Amino acid sequence: MLVHETETAAAEPAVLPAEEIETAPTRRLGVFGWFSILWLGGLTLLALLAPILPLKDPDQTYLEIVRKPPIQPDHFLGGDGSGRDMLSRVIWGARTSLTISVSAVLLGLLVGGLLGLVAGYHRGKLDAALTTLFNVLLSIPALVLSLSLVAVFANSDESVSNGRKLTVLIAALAIVTVPILGRITRASALAWSEREFVKAAEVLGASHGRIMLREVLPNVAPAIMSIALLGVAVAIVAEGSLALLGVGVTEVASWGNMIALGRSDLARAPHIVAIPSIAIFCTVLALNYLGDVVRARFDVREAAL
Amino acid sequence: MTTYPSPSGATAEAPVGFRLSRRMPERLLEVSDLRTAFRTPGGLVRAVDGVSLTLDRGRTLGIVGESGSGKSVLARSIMGLLPKRNVERSGRIVYDGDDIAGLDRKRRRDLWGTELAMVFQDPMTALNPVQRIGAQITEGLRFHLDMDRQSSRENALALLRSVGIPEPERRMRQYPHELSGGMRQRIMIAVALACGPRLLFADEPTTALDVTVQAQILNLLASQQRERAMAMVLVTHDLGVVAGRTDDIAVMYAGQIVEQAPTSRLFGSVRMPYTEALLRSIPTLDQPRGRPLQAIPGRPPNLASPPKGCRFAARCPYAQDRCRKEAPPLVEDQPGHAYRCWYPLQPGAVSATAIGVN
Amino acid sequence: MGLVRELGKRFLGLILVLFLVTLFTALLISMVPGDPVDTLLPVSDSSPEVAAQKEELRHELNLDDSLPERYAAWVNDFVHGDFGNYYRTSGADPVRAHLADALPVSLQLMIYSQILALLVAIPLGVISAYRAGTLFDKAANTTAFALLAVPNFVLGLALAYYVGVWLGWLPPSGYVPFGDDAVEHIRRMILPAVTLAAAQVAVYMRLLRSDMVQTLQEDFIQMARSKGISDQRVLWRHALRPSSLTLLTVAGLNVGTLIGGAVIVEVLFSIPGLGTSIAQAIFERQYVALQTFVAVLAILYVLVNFAVDVLYTVVDPRIRHARARN
Repeated sequence: MLVHETETAAAEPAVLPAEEIETAPTRRLGVFGWFSILWLGGLTLLALLAPILPLKDPDQTYLEIVRKPPIQPDHFLGGDGSGRDMLSRVIWGARTSLTISVSAVLLGLLVGGLLGLVAGYHRGKLDAALTTLFNVLLSIPALVLSLSLVAVFANSDESVSNGRKLTVLIAALAIVTVPILGRITRASALAWSEREFVKAAEVLGASHGRIMLREVLPNVAPAIMSIALLGVAVAIVAEGSLALLGVGVTEVASWGNMIALGRSDLARAPHIVAIPSIAIFCTVLALNYLGDVVRARFDVREAAL
Repeated sequence: MTTYPSPSGATAEAPVGFRLSRRMPERLLEVSDLRTAFRTPGGLVRAVDGVSLTLDRGRTLGIVGESGSGKSVLARSIMGLLPKRNVERSGRIVYDGDDIAGLDRKRRRDLWGTELAMVFQDPMTALNPVQRIGAQITEGLRFHLDMDRQSSRENALALLRSVGIPEPERRMRQYPHELSGGMRQRIMIAVALACGPRLLFADEPTTALDVTVQAQILNLLASQQRERAMAMVLVTHDLGVVAGRTDDIAVMYAGQIVEQAPTSRLFGSVRMPYTEALLRSIPTLDQPRGRPLQAIPGRPPNLASPPKGCRFAARCPYAQDRCRKEAPPLVEDQPGHAYRCWYPLQPGAVSATAIGVN
Repeated sequence: MGLVRELGKRFLGLILVLFLVTLFTALLISMVPGDPVDTLLPVSDSSPEVAAQKEELRHELNLDDSLPERYAAWVNDFVHGDFGNYYRTSGADPVRAHLADALPVSLQLMIYSQILALLVAIPLGVISAYRAGTLFDKAANTTAFALLAVPNFVLGLALAYYVGVWLGWLPPSGYVPFGDDAVEHIRRMILPAVTLAAAQVAVYMRLLRSDMVQTLQEDFIQMARSKGISDQRVLWRHALRPSSLTLLTVAGLNVGTLIGGAVIVEVLFSIPGLGTSIAQAIFERQYVALQTFVAVLAILYVLVNFAVDVLYTVVDPRIRHARARN
């Protein structure tokens, strides 16, 4: 970025130690780190085990708890606008939201990561074409792009099934993550492809594919891991935004549609919006924090090389 | 000689920095037992560990030492230019009769530029890259001396001329990266001297420069010093730089002064083995080709936990048991010549001409 | 000169991206499953009049033409200011008028939120860097971090409800043009601007702090300090400018992102900007209108990014000279 002329001087290295710089992120996990892992781990567990947990039916309406705030007898987190059990819905919602975001990011990683790897490794015309593709995708703001895709493919008429909506949603979010993950992977692959051990593998007669997978990919992976974590957080929020705009999944509970549905009751029963909001907040916080920690840990390793 | 204003109302024809004051003490600076330590994750690093020195008006003191000896920290400690946190400093610093060690930040800033100034090592990084040269010079003038834009500009032009910059009007509008290394250093000197300080610290002023330019810069510093009757502390790792240009030399090692003497006497009668090793390591033109450079083997001690005995013992070719067990104090035998060694070299054992230093 | 050539190359890249993006959006309508005409005119009546209408629409949208022809027609229309129509039972309603109304509103919202974000983030960033490691710094950093985890729609909902309804300090929705009533205009834009600005503040503050902490360790800062000028002056006049490069870049890029990314905030606060138009077009299945809006957004975004790139060189003279030299 900045071209900086430095005249090499055989001089004394910086005598004064740097002032205390970074407050976060540290490489150590610390209290926040462990909380994050616990939260995410617990959440994933709950989401996976939802069908076998002793939860109320998330779609069953219980008239006695309509809009009742948390701590009701038998219904720990109260009821939503239609009288459905909030605790059960927030856990089933976690299942939906996490499925969508994690799938979207994994898909994006697969496609974007692969494309980025190829672009960074082969360079030349292929790289130029792929970079242009990334730039094109990036030139439409993410929300608008995913919104349009979902609108066109999953909302064009009334009869779209929920399964299809889910698929399109995941695909749309994945498409949005592809250019970001692709760019980062490409940058990393570019740097690593210059290293001697890659040239060595070439000389030994390894095929391009093999080199990319066995030599470059393992080194690129840590860099994109942190972005992937952040990506899941973004996808969760995106799912919420799309639900609020009326194009998310509708039949099953998700954190997004819980907020969308609870919006009209914001004055009377704010907990309907608050509970899924807090769930999103904690999850995003945890993911952001871990993403930072991962980045700090692997940035240093790269810098030391 | 041009006309410069000065806070104490100097006469019209006086050079910058020449102040008529009723008391004109000879002794400008007196440092007693200065200690500076940094709190780091690795422990308390004692970069300056009990340094005392004095400097008279108009005189030049050279501080010599290898990397990590603490010489730069010493200069900054005296000036007070240290980081705010994780620094412990103790000792007395008396400047012009006043103790400045305990001054609060504001009063210290009043001294900076007008009394004490510093020239830094690398002019590329020490000048603001996004500010024009003219602005960098006039800033001090306008801040400390309250000059208006016109006079500060004129002063800046005069300053540039006095440090040997051709076409000063053009240079004023340029950025540092548009100039050569030598010119940048001249400009840095101009910036430091703008408000007429009486004590200048030059921290490795020539290390980042070409050899051909080094002499020019050192000559410039010397001439400015004469013109302004300014005292100077010249910090460097290069004995060749201080050889002909200083009145006194202090050799630093591992945070302490290990030898100190007037320049004229030092090279003739080196007492401390470290100084001898430094002298030996200077390559000279009349050495036979192929002769290996004489580096000093080993490394300086860890300043977070310095050794019990003499800090140079591990690398000293003459070290004895006592050296490793007890730390030698700084003693002075001939007036003005102090050293820190149990078994000092005898005068005449090392002759300056034998190692090719004039 | 190197600089002109460099910019020229980027300009060509710009054109290429614009071409591909508009191609994508122009063909968006073809991607609708089923017959797009049926979607636009969801009338199940199979009378000859309706059939004729649909034929006409098909012709108007060039649906029978090949892809390149369709794209060419679209570009031609676009350049001449024909941005398509809303197709409603009441007749065709040109998009152009709606676009002309909506675009300035989104721009206003974007400008207000950026200004607000910078006004808050810059001092916070500078002070955090100056007091790096202290309680203030840690607190500011943690707050920023937490703020980033709050989804903007949650913040918007909370602000709209608690400040708008509960406390009643500011109107929670609606828009009044500046020309009509300046005070009301500002009042109604405050909450949406704050919602948008919140996340930006966190990002900008951390960016600036990080760059500034680096800059404060540079030699020229020591030099400036040694001249005896005040710490404030060192911070604001010496340290800020070289540290602001990343911040300005991101802020510049955000200009583009915010125009489109404000969809949620616009919808929540009923601000009739480009975002609301898009949401509405989707809801009403007005894909022709949607095409136009997305295209406009994309073009703006790409142009803004290009402008940011060019502006880069103005801020830092080193880059200007480095590029010219290469």
